[in-house]
Amino acid sequence: MANDIKPRIRLPSQIKAGDVIEVKTLVTHDMESGHRRDASGVLQPRRILNKMTCAYNGRPVFEATLEPAVSANPYVSFFLKATESGTLDFTWTEDDGTVYRAKQAIKVG
Amino acid sequence: MAVPVVRSDRRRLVLGAAALSALALLPKAALATPQAAAELLRKLVKGAPQQGRVTLQASEIAENGNSVPLTVTVESPMTEKDHVIAIHVVSGGNPNPGVFSIRLGPANGKAEVSLRIRLAETDKLIAVAEMADGSVWIGSREIAVTVGGCGG
Repeated sequence: MANDIKPRIRLPSQIKAGDVIEVKTLVTHDMESGHRRDASGVLQPRRILNKMTCAYNGRPVFEATLEPAVSANPYVSFFLKATESGTLDFTWTEDDGTVYRAKQAIKVG
Repeated sequence: MAVPVVRSDRRRLVLGAAALSALALLPKAALATPQAAAELLRKLVKGAPQQGRVTLQASEIAENGNSVPLTVTVESPMTEKDHVIAIHVVSGGNPNPGVFSIRLGPANGKAEVSLRIRLAETDKLIAVAEMADGSVWIGSREIAVTVGGCGG
């Protein structure tokens, strides 16, 4: 499960230069908090995505540090001032250091 | 043949109930305290926070503590000179006081983030915002939780 994460990113369908747009992201991930026990009472070790970043045409624009208090399948939405077309690069970092990446084209015009 | 089926169902039910009560007897994870949350805040931000400018939006009653939608908004023009650098959210009722921290800048245009979070029990959530000019603002909100979200 943890190795099968699927990032989903949603932008408004029409973006004009200067618009402040909402960027919605959702990743499938258990976000195992380290406090949960399975059916047989065994404490499950912590395994979460602890960091998320977004860069807009190579420029860092957003960073989130996530704790176990963030829900499974973490949904994060934030705002961005759309200035030019290009790419949004997202990363999610897992506790063991694995980095998951996603790219999203942004069309401004 | 209907009778044995009913019987086995009932046995499964009883077993299930026994397993559930055994789970309930397991010690609950120790929860953080409002003091721990305040301490973490002191570590995260420098300077005394002023009340205002930070709004937490969430429903007053969360039926499922596993997934509580939360939106944090900070009043700021988000210009080069005057913008939010960071938003930190902490809780006093979860096993760990930290919830999340966000770093922002003028490129965001609007200081607002939405996440879904876990709450173990009815809890006062606190958000602080650090501004580019060094000032720190604080806001809070009480959220009642019907079913806790930490699987204790």
